[in-house]
Amino acid sequence: MDILNKIRKAGLVGRGGAGFPTADKWEAVKKAKGANKYVVCNASEGEPGVAKDSYILENFSKEVVDGMKKAIDFLGAEKAYIYINHNYYKKFNKNLAKIIGKALIEFFIKPIDSGYIGGEESSILNAIEGRRVEPRLRPPFPTTSGLWGCPTLINNVETFYNVSLVMSNRCKKERFYTISGDCLWTGVFSFPQSWTIEKILKETKNYPKFPFFIQVGGEGSGEVLDSSQLRRPASGAGSITVYSVLKHKPENLIKGWLDFFLNESCGKCTPCREGVYRLREIMDLPNSDWRLFVDLLNNLEEISFCGLGCVVPIPIKSYVNNVLAKMPGNKINFKGLDKKIIGECFKQ
Amino acid sequence: MKKIKIKINNKKIICSPDKTIGQVAHENGIFIPGLCYHPDFPVKGNCRICVVEIKGEKKLSLSCEKIVRDGMEIWTDTERVKKSRNLNIELIFAEHIEKCPTCIWNVHCGLLGLAERYKIEIKRFPDRKSRRKIYRFANAVEIDGTQCIDCRNCLDACSLLQNINYLELKGKGVDQEVVPVKNKKIDCIYCGQCAVHCPVGAAQEQSQWEMVEKVLADKKKIVVAQFAPSIRVSIGEEFNLPASPSLGGPYGKILTGQVVAGLKELGFNYIFDVNFGADVTTMVEAQELLERIKNKGVMPMITSCCPAWVKYVEFYHPELIPNLTTARSPHIHSAGVIKTYWANQTNIKPKDIIVVSVMPCTAKKFEATRKELKVRGLYPVDYVLTTREFAWLLKKNNISFSNLKSSKADNPLGEYSGAGAIYGGSGGVMESALRTAQFLACGKNKGKICKTRLEFKEIRGLGGVKETIASVADKKLRVAVVNGIGNIEPVIDNLGKYDYIEVMACPGGCIGGGGQPIPTTDEIRKKRIAALYKLDKSKKIRKAHENKGVLEALVWLKEQDKLEYQVLHTGYKKRN
Repeated sequence: MDILNKIRKAGLVGRGGAGFPTADKWEAVKKAKGANKYVVCNASEGEPGVAKDSYILENFSKEVVDGMKKAIDFLGAEKAYIYINHNYYKKFNKNLAKIIGKALIEFFIKPIDSGYIGGEESSILNAIEGRRVEPRLRPPFPTTSGLWGCPTLINNVETFYNVSLVMSNRCKKERFYTISGDCLWTGVFSFPQSWTIEKILKETKNYPKFPFFIQVGGEGSGEVLDSSQLRRPASGAGSITVYSVLKHKPENLIKGWLDFFLNESCGKCTPCREGVYRLREIMDLPNSDWRLFVDLLNNLEEISFCGLGCVVPIPIKSYVNNVLAKMPGNKINFKGLDKKIIGECFKQ
Repeated sequence: MKKIKIKINNKKIICSPDKTIGQVAHENGIFIPGLCYHPDFPVKGNCRICVVEIKGEKKLSLSCEKIVRDGMEIWTDTERVKKSRNLNIELIFAEHIEKCPTCIWNVHCGLLGLAERYKIEIKRFPDRKSRRKIYRFANAVEIDGTQCIDCRNCLDACSLLQNINYLELKGKGVDQEVVPVKNKKIDCIYCGQCAVHCPVGAAQEQSQWEMVEKVLADKKKIVVAQFAPSIRVSIGEEFNLPASPSLGGPYGKILTGQVVAGLKELGFNYIFDVNFGADVTTMVEAQELLERIKNKGVMPMITSCCPAWVKYVEFYHPELIPNLTTARSPHIHSAGVIKTYWANQTNIKPKDIIVVSVMPCTAKKFEATRKELKVRGLYPVDYVLTTREFAWLLKKNNISFSNLKSSKADNPLGEYSGAGAIYGGSGGVMESALRTAQFLACGKNKGKICKTRLEFKEIRGLGGVKETIASVADKKLRVAVVNGIGNIEPVIDNLGKYDYIEVMACPGGCIGGGGQPIPTTDEIRKKRIAALYKLDKSKKIRKAHENKGVLEALVWLKEQDKLEYQVLHTGYKKRN
């Protein structure tokens, strides 16, 4: 069975967070016409609360490099890059270089000030080409027009690792989970991908006895769920962050998310550059205009340039809807926000 | 290509499938707002105000980037569209500190227009850029950070279009700012393409209209206005600004008489036409060309009437200084003639004359301050207004331009040939010089058959580098016309291929200059150029050497002591 069918049969999906079917991506690059083809392994891991790529590079470098080699061979690629954040490079480059040997794989260190957007796939292309690190318009997609206009395969570290497992018939349909936050046994674990969040927390003895909620898929862009919503698998980049209700005040949480996005916005488009700035500004005003707040969030979801802008509302809206809205009583004691406003503005 | 059917706001439209929604809407007279899109540049999708809703699509789309598809149904004004679009406009307004009272834009400001059209709350968010800097480039162009809306058109103009790369984006997110680069090997050439591509007047000319208003009020001065060849075919746009270029509008209307009348209304004592100066330039340049050929001087000879190009040579390629013609540029020529020949004829003291040039150009402001241009201790040109500043002065003084009765420029410096008229378009200087050089070369060999050509269509238009062979003085001259400084490098790399080169820094030549009305697009450039050639065809005299006024002035200058060279020629120096 050829590599594409094997990957397809194994049901591999991208492990960077978006979950795009791996075989489809590989096939698109294979079919695309171009003078050269390139392979990029995304080891930038810029999402806070996610550390699985680091764990994989530390423990399974051979598999990752093997997966990349498989891609190079399959595509006839001219060259491959490991696009890696500075810290990981310092930690892993010697070991990786040994494994790479004479293979056509080079390191490209993620520009230090490129931040969160520096891990978005079209921004990676700009970074490697020496341009300003910002997302590109799509179409064209990297699969047909990536590095220097050539078809380019960009996969996450875990995806290449999985390809290697599939090709050596070791794939167990597991994935890596990063567990962090208000719990004892934090770290990276591998479990079947079908497991629910609840099961994972219980299995790792991390299921809290106190009132809590979690954020799944990253502490920046992940969705917030309360303890009644955990009978579902962990989505996105596969991380679970546990928050104690008592410990985390709504104001600090929302400001924290907004500070993160304000700091990470590249500045290209109006909804994100200006919108996030104004969202943050609203949080500092004595009377927060929640309607405007939600309009700004919706605008980000609706029409911002890239995936980063689109995810800004996810943690905030899900936190309000899944946690604050379920608080006992009507008053939330938070900047004039009450259940009536939540019902009218946040619920959709 | 097979056409497809789409619907915009329920209107059935047949269009080709390779266009964006924005292009199709534009062609069909459907208004969709936009700030960062400019047809000169690739789509950026930064401002996010050209939002539309497409049937069956989960999210809103951008009309600047979305390609049409057969059966697509699009709405440009649904509640969802309005909400997103208006919010984005409000967010953009908070980046732009309104300086309306002194902004030459305020009469047809794109932002204010949107605010009115969509009932935008301008002050919904507090201004956030009050501490931003204003960057000034010589006395020509400025970028006012307090007004910048981060559309990045200026960056595209400076890099993609002009390949100067003087502007860069510093910082990221809300802190990003357009700034001049620190690299000392890169400098602004003052072309003003950043200004003519800025949708909100953050990049603009350094205005001189205030100073001009002051001298106009000074009764002791004789204030003379002279206007460039390309002003007359673009000024109309300022007074009938259509919602979008596809809606027709006043593109390419020839308004010479109205320009004169408007200047008179503003209180200028005399009005002269720089087309006269262009004829002087042609004479001087054609003679120099013949001399260089005869005396085996430095070749190729390169035109020097574009001050942005001259700055480019002085800064980036000083080794080309000997190639530049020593002929001054048309408005400096005519101003020199005004302050000498005309002053003498009319018995006015040269120092009492103030010359104001109305130019399509921002670099002319810089050129006018060059010390080496002084004639008997006086700067030939005292102030330079752009086309936009001129329009603003008319509007500010409530002069109804469209109702002005056509008036004639003053003599003897009001006469001009068709050759002078076409100076405003890329290739025009070359064509004029060739018409006259061929004639002058023949004049000395009366026995031979003299071949002259009137029109050189192969060097007209918007091509990047246009080439032809022209016979002058028994020699086949290899000539090139560089349209836009962004196209210069390959020509500099192959200088040996040519005998005579024209360079205009702005795409399309002066009709596309940095001081011209906004928007300036290829569609509009073509119409302005076409008007110039129409004007040329309409003239009885189409060659500079047939302009009697010019010949008389040149004879007079020759007779004066040490004046001829001062008025007609100049020199250049290396800059760094």
